[in-house]
Amino acid sequence: MMNIVTELQKDRFTPRYYVAALTDNMSLPKAQVYEKSLIHVEGDRETIIENAEFMQIYRSREVGQSYITAIATTLRAILHAMWLIIRIRPQVIFCNGPGTCIPLCASAFLLKVLGLGWSSIFYIESIARVKKLSLSGLLLYKLRMADQFFVQWPQLQQKYPRAQYAGRLM
Amino acid sequence: VIDKEARRLYIMDPIQTSQSLEEKKLRNLSGYFVFHFMLWWNGEDLVKPICAVSGNLNLQVEHFTFLPSIADSIREASLVISHAGSGSIFETLRLGKPLIVVVNEDLMDNHQSELAEELAEQNHLLCAHPQTLRETVEAMDLHALQPYIPGEARPVVALINEFLGFPV
Repeated sequence: MMNIVTELQKDRFTPRYYVAALTDNMSLPKAQVYEKSLIHVEGDRETIIENAEFMQIYRSREVGQSYITAIATTLRAILHAMWLIIRIRPQVIFCNGPGTCIPLCASAFLLKVLGLGWSSIFYIESIARVKKLSLSGLLLYKLRMADQFFVQWPQLQQKYPRAQYAGRLM
Repeated sequence: VIDKEARRLYIMDPIQTSQSLEEKKLRNLSGYFVFHFMLWWNGEDLVKPICAVSGNLNLQVEHFTFLPSIADSIREASLVISHAGSGSIFETLRLGKPLIVVVNEDLMDNHQSELAEELAEQNHLLCAHPQTLRETVEAMDLHALQPYIPGEARPVVALINEFLGFPV
């Protein structure tokens, strides 16, 4: 994800909200380090600090969690995601694979369908996915929830023709 | 053909790989070229046996649970043996180091082997299973590996900008 963010023109995509799972301890610090580095480059401390927010959301299902308890946790995740979407009203959503993105994309997509908001949803499948899509990717692809769906290997693009292949990010 | 120049064996996150490195295999590795054996993991009960064995073999073992940046360690290595995580793989390839990826499907919860297998097919790294690690090390020809040219986000970002109506 940070490969994408560093390449984006920041003034086009601002303010930025970084969302990670509650049990993920590594992703947000990476984003925080990057956003902090922007302060030094551009020098305008006030503006840059306001341009980034970091939040954590409930995961639908932890790795290894039983599918029965996952029903309740998924519901909680959906409600939390819906709340975030309504509060933030993002115009653009970038997601890269974890199950955390599904409730967010679904909420944003629902708002779109109801005419209550408009988010362009960009999904970038993990580079570790060479021959098969992840479950998140499969859901977003089949349900056509993403406006643009990127894969990082040509084999996947052949298998899923509505996906786009524009090289690898790493 | 064994790389006689290789002096440092760096094993990353070997909860999976270390279980395959019984004493016999460690002994075998040290016979060739290992002077320094770094380990990175979470389990204290795994550290002790490895350290005990390495004492006999003149291996230096370093272990840590988390290192913010392993780039420096990788840079010092002549060979890296890693699990199949995409982060480990690409960090090593980016630094231009020879890499053997150990794929252990019994312990993996993701289909991470796809990435290692694809890159092995393209000759950017060597792939092994815990059972075949020894043969792989014995038979490896690191000079046959192709350098990996890192990808970049610019083409994807260009398409995103185009979609949103920004000037590219």
